[in-house]
Amino acid sequence: MRKEDEKKVVIELKGVCKYYRMGENIVRAVDGASLKIKEGDFVAIMGPSGSGKSTMMNLIGSLDVPTKGKIFLDREDISTFSESDLAQLRGKKIGFIFQSFNLINNLTAKENVMIPMIFQDHDLDDRNFRANKLMQLVQLTDRMHHSPGELSGGQQQRVAIARSLANSPEVILADEPTGNLDTKTGATVMDFLEDLNKKGKTIIMVTHDPDLAKDHADVVYWLKDGKIEKVTKKKNGWSKEQNKKLSNPKENK
Amino acid sequence: MISDFFSLAIKNLKHRGIRSWLTLLGIFIGVTAVVSLISLGNGLQLAVASQLGISANELVTVQAGGLSGFGPPGSNVVDPLTQDDADAIERLSSVENAVRRNINSGKIEFNDVIQFRYVGSLPENKADRDLIYTQLDTEILSGRLIKGGDSGKVLLGYNFYNKPEEWDGKSASIGKSISVNDKNFEIIGILDKQGSIIMDNVVVMNEGDMKDLFGFGDEAGIIVVEPKDKEKIHKTKQDIEKLMRQRRGVDEGEEDFEVSTPEATLSTVNDILTGVQIFIAIVALISVFIGAIGIVNTMTTSVLERRKEIGIMKSVGAKNGHIFLQFFIESSLLGLIGGIIGAIFGTIIGLSGTIALNNFMGTELPLNVDFVLIFFSLLGSFLIGGIAGIVPAMKAAKQNPVEALKG
Repeated sequence: MRKEDEKKVVIELKGVCKYYRMGENIVRAVDGASLKIKEGDFVAIMGPSGSGKSTMMNLIGSLDVPTKGKIFLDREDISTFSESDLAQLRGKKIGFIFQSFNLINNLTAKENVMIPMIFQDHDLDDRNFRANKLMQLVQLTDRMHHSPGELSGGQQQRVAIARSLANSPEVILADEPTGNLDTKTGATVMDFLEDLNKKGKTIIMVTHDPDLAKDHADVVYWLKDGKIEKVTKKKNGWSKEQNKKLSNPKENK
Repeated sequence: MISDFFSLAIKNLKHRGIRSWLTLLGIFIGVTAVVSLISLGNGLQLAVASQLGISANELVTVQAGGLSGFGPPGSNVVDPLTQDDADAIERLSSVENAVRRNINSGKIEFNDVIQFRYVGSLPENKADRDLIYTQLDTEILSGRLIKGGDSGKVLLGYNFYNKPEEWDGKSASIGKSISVNDKNFEIIGILDKQGSIIMDNVVVMNEGDMKDLFGFGDEAGIIVVEPKDKEKIHKTKQDIEKLMRQRRGVDEGEEDFEVSTPEATLSTVNDILTGVQIFIAIVALISVFIGAIGIVNTMTTSVLERRKEIGIMKSVGAKNGHIFLQFFIESSLLGLIGGIIGAIFGTIIGLSGTIALNNFMGTELPLNVDFVLIFFSLLGSFLIGGIAGIVPAMKAAKQNPVEALKG
């Protein structure tokens, strides 16, 4: 493993602020946040509701642009990007996983996985090939022609994981990925994320659950009132038991 | 790339509720009207022309105008034409020949079935009679035409032979007897098919027999005029009009009679048909317009309903242009589907209308499907759908991804 300081910085926030106008008041959803996320990190952004973590996630995911400050994705300042460039960039470099899965109901599981590739101009054969592989990875080959409505919550979240990987992004952004799942199913989903992290993907997870953050993340940013209150780092490696689970993630329904 | 958006749009359309399909009604009605109208239009023109007995002959007909628009020409008029009128017309320098004719409704009894049919007279004089045969375009199917001095003999229209079901299942044939106003006549000829409901059901006899049966004396139903110079048929028409105004003591513009030439009648028919076509075209335009508004409406609703989907698409890398394209194509396809249904119905209506005309009016219009017309109406409805979708698609494209993801 490379040393910590040799690792590439994939995302950097420099004094990022996001203000909203709510009637007469200005809401400071994110208020001067600075952080660096390195390649291969498993980062958690923690905070109670209203702490600005969703806004932070939108900013990191380039879904939103900051009011002040700079955001670097792969050393590129994206705070000045046009809407189209942002879309192109996020399609290529960031994979989203949402709490409510956010699959498109009119499409089958596999078609959902293929969608991000359309916007990167992959041809149909390529899309088919990759989608099949990804469905295999999340162990849903037998359900890939089902619509999301016909899948369980855990299965839907695995489809979402497959979709987030469609364009081989460097960063996976997971917003409360287990929020709508029971504990057991949630654990499977987390196993998949950890597995991806082991394979070198940078994972940024937003959660309000301190245990989830502490159990899985290497670095945890604690957010309060739009500011980063503290940063904690995990020193120990994974336990034996967790390692075993990772190498053989089983389907839990 | 584009094809991906087409297949996405088709998948989305499959999940549309009945509400979306109902908004297609406008496009559907518009295209149905256009397709059926145009396919029927030409046929209708031919059919109406043949119904009115308008043929290529270059004769002028004179009719007295009356209060009643019903019944045979020249009947029920206040001030009927007479033999004297015919003689006066014949004396005009631009007229070669003028022949009076009478057409009355008579009680026909054949095979113990009683029906009412038009009975038309033929002049006794050969030249006059030939003129009428020319005017009527008569072709004999069997037997022979009536000659001068043929008394107690009739010529029958094609349907007496062709539609035996109207006569207790037995066709008319030469030598048989048929009763007109309770007097028996011998059938000496059957006319060939003309495609006109009047001519195909007519009973024709000599003027003498006709006078005995109907007692019209010197009154004339119509006067058929052969111009001296067929190139100057309009001059003849004007001369006759001038003469008749004098004889009937009416001023120009207040004529209680009508002098018509085939072209004039044909152009009247065309005017009426053009009027009908313009009317239907306006109806079609209005319904297409309403249909377009319907599509704008359903697409706008769809954009609002699918905000979350738009957010998802944007979060996985869709540019504004991609979102625009998706909704734009969906809208175009919506229009196209309306057009397809309309074209199918329009073609069905056009074809069944033609079949109906052929069956009921005896015309022989060809059953054509105009693929060029269908292509352009489909293209049109596709474009209308697209145009109607521009504003909603722009609205969809401009959604803020963060807001849209909230649903």
